[in-house]
Amino acid sequence: MAEINMVQAVNLALARALEDDPSVVVLGEDVGINGGVFRATEGLYNRFGQDRILDTPLAEALIAGMSVGMAAAGLRPVSEIQFMGFIYPTIDQLECHASRLRNRTRGRLSCPMVIRAPYGGGVHAPEHHSESREAMLAHIPGLRVVIPSSPSRAYGLLLAAIRDPDPVVFLEPKKLYRANAEHVEDDGIALPMDTGFVLREGDDVSLVTWGAMVQESFAAAATLSTRGIEAEIIDVSTLNPFDPEQVLASVEKTGRCVIIHEAVRTGGFGSEIGATIAEHGLMSLLAPVKRVTAPDTVVPLAKLESCFMPGADSIVQAATDLMAYS
Amino acid sequence: MVSREPELEIPFHRFIDEVGQVVQKLPGFATDPQNLVPLYRAMMLTRVFDERAVGLQRTGRLGTYASSLGQEAVGVGVAAAMRDQDVLLPSFREQGAMLWRGVSMKELLLYWGGDERGSDFTKARSDFPICIPVGTQFSHAAGVAFALKQQGVDAAAVAVAGDGATSKGDFYEAMNITGAWRLPVVFVINNNQWAISVSRTKQTAARSLAQKSVAAGILGLQVDGNDVVAVKQTVSEALERARHSCVATVVEAVTYRLTDHTTADDASRYRSDEEVSKHWQYEPVRRLRQFMENNHAWSSADEEALQKQVASEVETAIQAYLDSDAPAAGSMFDYLYKNPPKSLANQRDHIVTRAADDG
Repeated sequence: MAEINMVQAVNLALARALEDDPSVVVLGEDVGINGGVFRATEGLYNRFGQDRILDTPLAEALIAGMSVGMAAAGLRPVSEIQFMGFIYPTIDQLECHASRLRNRTRGRLSCPMVIRAPYGGGVHAPEHHSESREAMLAHIPGLRVVIPSSPSRAYGLLLAAIRDPDPVVFLEPKKLYRANAEHVEDDGIALPMDTGFVLREGDDVSLVTWGAMVQESFAAAATLSTRGIEAEIIDVSTLNPFDPEQVLASVEKTGRCVIIHEAVRTGGFGSEIGATIAEHGLMSLLAPVKRVTAPDTVVPLAKLESCFMPGADSIVQAATDLMAYS
Repeated sequence: MVSREPELEIPFHRFIDEVGQVVQKLPGFATDPQNLVPLYRAMMLTRVFDERAVGLQRTGRLGTYASSLGQEAVGVGVAAAMRDQDVLLPSFREQGAMLWRGVSMKELLLYWGGDERGSDFTKARSDFPICIPVGTQFSHAAGVAFALKQQGVDAAAVAVAGDGATSKGDFYEAMNITGAWRLPVVFVINNNQWAISVSRTKQTAARSLAQKSVAAGILGLQVDGNDVVAVKQTVSEALERARHSCVATVVEAVTYRLTDHTTADDASRYRSDEEVSKHWQYEPVRRLRQFMENNHAWSSADEEALQKQVASEVETAIQAYLDSDAPAAGSMFDYLYKNPPKSLANQRDHIVTRAADDG
């Protein structure tokens, strides 16, 4: 079987879910005959028909609100918001209803729905197309926020998200959409949510990250390795609910932690991870926790984007700084 | 260039006027006035329930509460038009409809008293819970209607909200898709003339709220919201169109809020007593009683018996509410996720232990 990239893996998972479960419907702007602006839904319209692959009017709040209604009435809607920059109108529905309906009704009604959105920078897109606001969503109890970092994890985690009985926001790092390809078995096997993935083992420093920064962390780890520093890479993957144990176990082993995210620093999810280590892992630390993040600015337009995005160089620097402590 | 006035003639439906006189041929169900007794009874129950709920709030035994005084015909008329398999998506002033649908008074009191178990309805289990963020349930109705249609269920979704909700984009977005996708929805607007302190005329320059449907390509009409026969008949027709032709309708029920927005509001800050007094002459309960009396279907003995019965039912429900145990502290975790993450276990233990220590 040919190797596929992340967009194709998303497409494969959607097709598999639609095939396996007649209650799954896909909705969003241009997801039908056009196959989505990134082609994530390519071919689904012809294969599954206009009753299941639904081109909505251009109304993001509606897409989220309809998904709540559909889900509560027995369907499993998987909607696409074209870019994370346009996800904000959905937050009213995510915060007020999707994340609360099960709790509000003591389980009588629930919201098994997924909102997918490409997020993050690195592809020189127009304004509003490069944000990483995952922390905003991770702050909402009752919601799951899941971010894949490879084609196979996109496939397995998206299946998990669609099959989950509760709402999931699935953020796809668009810098990785076509960055690399790998063999993905269409075996219908979901990957676990609510925990992360240890993608590289190492004894010297923990690199805790997600999304497109996983790739930068691997590049950094390769450089560090040539200098005799072995990094452990944790892809947090599910930001909410966050699994603290996995990070704490790694920090206990390495004693050093760099948290890397593409989102701006203040109130970023790195703060939560750092605070967790301060509360529960302080005695394991040989050095302060360090963050490598974007600066607290508006994402600049394309010409300054590379200055804004964190990269392997900053991660190498941060890890090297930590090694100096002992 | 010739300017054209768009066609915005919005029909207005009324069968019984404010003095109980029939103004046009009654619909089939109302030709025998005995058939109206259940509607009258339900409106009376709603009125007494509201009154007692406000009393409970004033004496510290209930949280903030939104009375539907003067608007009982809207809730009761809407619900009486629905079938069991239709789905109601209420705002926070639809107790008349919810009670008719089978939600119990105890459940309503639990909800307003601060207990989520109140929204775990024993009956009407597919109906949505009370929606507090104004107008956000319109799009849910579109989603429910899509699911019903997809599943081949012969039913429709009925969303009810106040006049204030029609200023929100959610209203337009939901109307728009029900037109484009032909979804079986009835949008009922309880136009009680006040969005808390903002009057109907300050909310929009539109001559009616129903005419907002025109832009979405669906039907819109007004009904006398104080005439329960008109509300029931109009919503019944809208539901028929929704179920059989997948044509959605906005039903603007024109009524008046005879009391504060909620128990946390003081309407005297923004409207005069004269205005409120004037509207008492149109109120729906007396109007229907007048009609039934005119037609020898109701006597003062009937009225007395009903008052007694309703008061006793409400009292029993209040007692059951007051006697109910507080929800367990851990329950705030237990319905958050179907499959709760391990990481929440510590927080749950902490809350449960702290509550036990306090207890």
